[in-house]
Amino acid sequence: MNAASLIRPLVVFAGLVVVWQLVVLVTAVPPYILPGPASVVDAFGGRFDTLMSNAGVTLIEILAGFVIGTTVGMASALIMTYFRPARLWLMPVLVVSQAIPVFALAPILTLWLGYGMESKIAMAVLIIYFPVTAAFHDGLRRTDPGWVDLARVMNATRRSELLRIRLPAALPALGSGLRVAAAVAPIGAVVGEWVGSSAGLGYLMLHANARVQIDLMFAALFTLAVMACGFYFAIDAIARRLAPWQTEISIEKEDR
Amino acid sequence: MGKTTLLRLVADLETGASGQVKADDNAPLDGRLSYMAQQDLLLPWLTLRENANLGARLRGTVSADVAAKTDALLDRAGLSAAADLLPAVCSGGMRQRAALVRTLMENRPVVLMDEPFSALDAITRLQLQDVAAELLRGRTVLLVTHDPLEALRLGHRIHVMTGRPARFGDAIVPVGPTPRQVSDPRLVKLQAELLSQLANAARETAA
Repeated sequence: MNAASLIRPLVVFAGLVVVWQLVVLVTAVPPYILPGPASVVDAFGGRFDTLMSNAGVTLIEILAGFVIGTTVGMASALIMTYFRPARLWLMPVLVVSQAIPVFALAPILTLWLGYGMESKIAMAVLIIYFPVTAAFHDGLRRTDPGWVDLARVMNATRRSELLRIRLPAALPALGSGLRVAAAVAPIGAVVGEWVGSSAGLGYLMLHANARVQIDLMFAALFTLAVMACGFYFAIDAIARRLAPWQTEISIEKEDR
Repeated sequence: MGKTTLLRLVADLETGASGQVKADDNAPLDGRLSYMAQQDLLLPWLTLRENANLGARLRGTVSADVAAKTDALLDRAGLSAAADLLPAVCSGGMRQRAALVRTLMENRPVVLMDEPFSALDAITRLQLQDVAAELLRGRTVLLVTHDPLEALRLGHRIHVMTGRPARFGDAIVPVGPTPRQVSDPRLVKLQAELLSQLANAARETAA
């Protein structure tokens, strides 16, 4: 990443803040509809501890959901790749599970798992599971058949064929799945908080909204946005690390 | 049956044909052959050196011996300087040489080669044929090719495959040790004969 690619989003962000301030000045919109940037910054400073403790709750929900969702997703993909019955039975379940909006399940999860973190983690797991499973399964199935032939002629065991050829070959696909998961995990956690909770940034937003503390609501929203971006870029960096040979190829192509 | 199918049948990678693949000693071929395809099939996440001893890696038998042998063979293939590069940054010729070293590292008595040099430019191809002829000496090599010159430079017995399904013609037996020189007049004469045979075969298939 070079300096320009860091500066560009900052310039865009600064531009948006300027537009925001202009809209507030020109339209004289009341602060309970749209507070200006300054009052949001004030709210952020004044309620910093509240924001951080709720952000911590949401972050734990996102991280736990991500770890569980990707682990279960990767395991499912492996099982589906190696056991035909699992593939035949699990695939339709996977597809149907995606046809049901996860949002519709949120009240049920809250009913079953309570108002604590568990129901939010379950939401994040559900929303992450499909992209990770689908991407990794695809990657495992699309190993170059030539590599598989080569391994067979070299008398490789199934285990070493998996570990040394199929798994590494599927890492770029897994990386794409992890990126999608990182982008949707915060959605799962926050939707879960909206449906029913006593802590977290989603809870704080609803709570502030009800009390017409719109500046605090915006401050919570920005905290969530920053956290989600940071999480996405961390996962993106890990995904690149997983398959460095891929980025090397793409960098080479960009240079040409 | 095409030529690639033939090699895959010999390597036991293809099923569904009747008949048997037999070696002179009647022992099974499994574990006694190595295979080199038209594509280099190098793994993009391994360096040329790691790709070269992939067989040992897959079987979990990498040792100091294997490492020394890998380096020696990479050196003979002219790849010492490039051994730690990833395939993505190497030229087609280097990659195919690495694939050749990987094939040789298996140290199997029977080597199957499916148009191993067809994707290379003419000069690189000639150079690699020289390297291959030298390093593969003493082994049984079954090489299929579209290139009559390649067959005549490297082959001890050349069979032309004609028709669909393919049949084998009588063996053409060029004289002299391999790799034969391109400028050898006997080779030039044989090439003309071979080309006319191939033209006839093509007419037959079309008719």
